[in-house]
Amino acid sequence: MDELVHQSEGRAVREGRSVSETKPAVEIRLLSDPMYLAGARELVLGLTRRLGFRQDESGRIALAVDEALANVINHGYGRQLDKPIWMSIWPNAKPGVPGLRIVVEDEAKQIDPDTICGRDLDDIKPGGLGVHIIKEVMDSVVYERREKVGMRLIMTKALTPKPTSAREHANG
Amino acid sequence: MASPNELEVVWESRDGTTILKPDGDIDLSRSPTLRTDIRRAFDDKPKRLVIDLSGVSYMDSSGVATLVEAMQLSRKSNAKLVLCSLTDRVHSIFEIARLDQFFTITTTLDEAVSA
Repeated sequence: MDELVHQSEGRAVREGRSVSETKPAVEIRLLSDPMYLAGARELVLGLTRRLGFRQDESGRIALAVDEALANVINHGYGRQLDKPIWMSIWPNAKPGVPGLRIVVEDEAKQIDPDTICGRDLDDIKPGGLGVHIIKEVMDSVVYERREKVGMRLIMTKALTPKPTSAREHANG
Repeated sequence: MASPNELEVVWESRDGTTILKPDGDIDLSRSPTLRTDIRRAFDDKPKRLVIDLSGVSYMDSSGVATLVEAMQLSRKSNAKLVLCSLTDRVHSIFEIARLDQFFTITTTLDEAVSA
């Protein structure tokens, strides 16, 4: 536990030096082929662990990102396999708040962001869970139209402070 | 032998129960394979279909949708559907989707076969 606390503190120090509010720390472009979802979620899984998220939180964040990308593939591009999707990642939820901000952009058809919602969970049927999962896992979820073509999804998740270890209490 | 991007599903029969054991992540690219196997399994009119998820380390909503469809097929064919041996990560998506009470879920395969 002590080691994790120190890792988290170390990351915060690094963050103060290197985080840019405009330029993402990680940018990837992938094709809209479901085969590449595994690589994208492994990237998110590894990165969130390094940023200090707990293992279960990292798994849920990777799931939310997977669902966001799958929605672009399924609904945005109608399962066309060769269309571009961009994912940009910042190592903070918002300026000064440790965590994660992920932006997913595409060139798919534009829709009214207000019409994007998950299905009623009591109406059990196959499909329609992706948006619900994204909203359940992430702290904030904003869909918007890009300037000329496509949609943009902005998701944030703040890092929950880790409990202070007993030894630190004793020393403090 | 399935290609790396295909889901391998192992079949087993025990006294009228069909057991399907998928091995690997189940996401948008692989859930169609599981869907095909489940439909084929119901074609044989088993009394019970058990899906052993011990080999599945990750599942997304397309995998969950496939299992909801399996539940609908089981009701139509008067068969019992049981899921077993979910990893914590897979169980998590059932909780998020609030489907953990919708399915019969057991801890072990032996429990699933006799549930």
